[in-house]
Amino acid sequence: MTRTKIATVWLDGCSGCHMSFLDIDGALLDLADRIDLVYSPLVDRKDFPDSVDITLVEGAVSSEDDLAKIRKVRAHTRTLVAFGDCAVTGNVPALRNSVGAESVLRRVYLEPDLHAPQVPNLVVPALLNVVKPVHAVVPVDVFIPGCPPSAKTILYALTELLDGRMPDLSNRTRFGA
Amino acid sequence: MTRVVTLKIDDIDATGREDETVLEVALEHGIQIPRLCALEGLTPVGACRLCLVEIEGTGRLLPACTTRVAEGMVVKTNSERLRKYRRMTIEMLFAEGNHVCSVCVVNGRCELQDLAVRLGVDHIRIPYLYPKRAVDASHERFALDPNRCVLCTRCVRVCGEIEGAHTWDLMSRGIDSAVITDLHTPWGESDTCTTCGKCVQVCPTGALFEKGMAVGEMTKRASFLATLAASREDGR
Amino acid sequence: MAIDTVGALPDENGKQRLIVLEHAGKIDPEDIEAYMAVGGYATCSDVLQSMTPAEVIEQIRNSGLRGRGGAGYPVGLKWSTVAKAHGSQKYIVCNGDEGDPGAFMDRSIMEADPHRVLEGMMIAAYAVGASRGYLYVRAEYPLAIKRLKHAIKQAEKHGLLGINISGTPFSLSLQVRLGAGAFVCGEETALLASIEGRRGQPRPRPPYPAESGLWGCPTLINNVETYANIVPILREGAEWFASIGTERSKGTKVFALSGRIARTGMIEVPMGTTLREIIYDIGGGIPDGRTFKAVQTGGPSGGCIPAAHIDTPVDYESLKQVGSMMGSGGMIVMDDSSCMVDVAKYFLEFCMTESCGKCVPCRVGTAQMYGLLEKISEGRASLDDLALLEDLCDMVANTSLCGLGQAAPNPVISTLRYFRDEYMAHIVDKTCPAHVCPVSRKEAVR
Ligand SMILES: Cc1cc2nc3c(=O)[nH]c(=O)nc-3n(C[C@H](O)[C@H](O)[C@H](O)COP(=O)(O)O)c2cc1C
Ligand code: SF4
Ligand code: FES
Repeated sequence: MTRTKIATVWLDGCSGCHMSFLDIDGALLDLADRIDLVYSPLVDRKDFPDSVDITLVEGAVSSEDDLAKIRKVRAHTRTLVAFGDCAVTGNVPALRNSVGAESVLRRVYLEPDLHAPQVPNLVVPALLNVVKPVHAVVPVDVFIPGCPPSAKTILYALTELLDGRMPDLSNRTRFGA
Repeated sequence: MTRVVTLKIDDIDATGREDETVLEVALEHGIQIPRLCALEGLTPVGACRLCLVEIEGTGRLLPACTTRVAEGMVVKTNSERLRKYRRMTIEMLFAEGNHVCSVCVVNGRCELQDLAVRLGVDHIRIPYLYPKRAVDASHERFALDPNRCVLCTRCVRVCGEIEGAHTWDLMSRGIDSAVITDLHTPWGESDTCTTCGKCVQVCPTGALFEKGMAVGEMTKRASFLATLAASREDGR
Repeated sequence: MAIDTVGALPDENGKQRLIVLEHAGKIDPEDIEAYMAVGGYATCSDVLQSMTPAEVIEQIRNSGLRGRGGAGYPVGLKWSTVAKAHGSQKYIVCNGDEGDPGAFMDRSIMEADPHRVLEGMMIAAYAVGASRGYLYVRAEYPLAIKRLKHAIKQAEKHGLLGINISGTPFSLSLQVRLGAGAFVCGEETALLASIEGRRGQPRPRPPYPAESGLWGCPTLINNVETYANIVPILREGAEWFASIGTERSKGTKVFALSGRIARTGMIEVPMGTTLREIIYDIGGGIPDGRTFKAVQTGGPSGGCIPAAHIDTPVDYESLKQVGSMMGSGGMIVMDDSSCMVDVAKYFLEFCMTESCGKCVPCRVGTAQMYGLLEKISEGRASLDDLALLEDLCDMVANTSLCGLGQAAPNPVISTLRYFRDEYMAHIVDKTCPAHVCPVSRKEAVR
């Protein structure tokens, strides 16, 4: 039996959705027989693979780096899953949208009484002015709302996808669940 | 004298008094119609448009909450077309404000959130508008977070019709519409507010809440309204 | 004499027919004697002395007159509904809010012939049994307001308004109320709320004002031009009136011609006159050697009619058939220098800013549609955006509470129907064929 190639990525999130994924505990072992985790913050691999069956995306699109990443992920993924509220709605990362990126940076880096206040611009990627949910940037195939979605919901959704079905998540999770 | 009429709602034979609305009669027969602005005990205003139904022979959609039943009426409450419009309405509400369920006091007990689940809204296709709206936490016991307001005007109505204080009202128009206290002065400085808290209890979302509540801790209790309304009617 | 009022445009080709505007610019509107000298108030007197309310309504019904304020509802039917409605107190209201950009028909009528409007209202009040009435006029029309108030005073002095008019049991008092300029206050239920001193927001109908209007009482509300048609109908007879116009649209209609046309101004034509006759024979065609592209009728919530349909007769049904509507009589002519995406965006912006905000589809939907049109005009839109725009048009039109929201998508729907290629040019080729939209400025920079 060929295993389904699965990837997980995180953009602007808190990694809580990944934690919830790990919370499926024992079922992870059963899953392990059916999947090949080809890319993830949890595994050691630098580049996103050429062809992935299912990718779970945690987090909203907040920076230039997120943007480049999600475009690449989309191009190499068959079924893209918006995984958790940040990916689905923008959630907490998008709270800054009503004030804009610049005022956030100013407040954090320039207004406090620091020795040499400056906005970091080396190494860290530039923030987008507007944080977006994943589907506002690239097409998304499955949405799993929840902050984070429960382990049960994740297991259900993944099992359905592995079995070649579209998961019906209504009544299993919701925004903010 | 009010007559009793018979009608069909979703192929169920229903009876109602002619002074009842389609919504009231539907509920009496166990038929749920999605709704947000309507609340038993308050004058219906037909604003949210979620309860729109198809009535044979009218050619247009009518709000169940304001439309009176009539003899021989044939009502459809749940067609594919209505479900589509309702989903879009919910999406519009989410896109219009800044609804962040995960950090809201009524997370898990919110009528907007429930409606999204019920109508199968799992993401918002239309662009978020991200308005900039200031929180008013000047009142000693309650607070208003207009980011979560859906402009159902339940607070305006309960304050005017039931409490008789008329502290709440609307200002501006269109997408800039907002609920305000008195003449847009801070709630805490209001000299009409009686601190009865009815507005907080009828608010369907976390826009009006009691201070000191953390995420998901607040439960709204609007049931007092129906009791009040009923006893007032008896008293008359 | 104060005949500083606007009459109709000159009529070189004999295409006009002045009924509503018969006195406009010809008599002193501030002098009741001048109005009486041309037969004014004689019709009302005759009616009071010799006709029953039912007979008046019968005449109006037989004339085929339909409301001139937008929807074209049969006037006789509305009057008989109010007449039959239960209630010891009934009201009569004249809608002079005229909020459409580019419209000035009602304003001109009120300024040029205020007594004609009052006389029409008196006859209507007699017919439906109303004893009190209001003229709701936007505050931006100070001259109209001044003249109406003056006219009411004069009529009171002459015993034409007040208690037991002309020695009959009929009594009527009229007052002018000012609107603060919100377009939505022209919608009848919002207008009534405004007169009552409440926030000018529409409410669901039914109940219609005819059954439950001002302070819950049966209320007749008609448009200025509608009332201005009453006197000639009763003076000349219903058959005479019904002989003018088309099968289902009787009489004349006043239009305000504006935009890319040689002669702008007011005209009055029999129903059924074609757009071509109006634009070329009366309006003098398109200036500067440009070509005719489209005409917007029905105001901001009407539709754009393209050159292919220039032989459409103006009547309620024909205009609807080509995706527009009669509306209150605005007529904006566009030539080939106009971009239809830009036109749709302009009208939608108007509806967005004038939305009262009560119902979700109009409040949020118009803002969303405007955002999408902006995206299209800036060359940032995809075909998915266009699909979403069309979805929104459908939803807003079918679920909004009042006519404002229900009609707000019309300019988008009609331009998409006739000028889809222009939308495609903006979306796919990232160009604005008329070089109006920001996308074409970007092009120039590139
Ligand atoms: C948004 C909106 C604005 C309107 N504005 C006007 C107006 O300015 N003048 C008017 O006579 N009717 C206006 N109407 C139509 C009125 O609601 C009403 O139909 C009309 O006054 C009835 O008079 P009629 O039957 O004589 O046309 C408007 C309707 C809507 C929905
Ligand atoms: S359609 Fe627009 S103007 Fe009319 S009630 Fe709704 S929000 Fe107000
Ligand atoms: S519940 Fe009827 S319109 Fe809101």
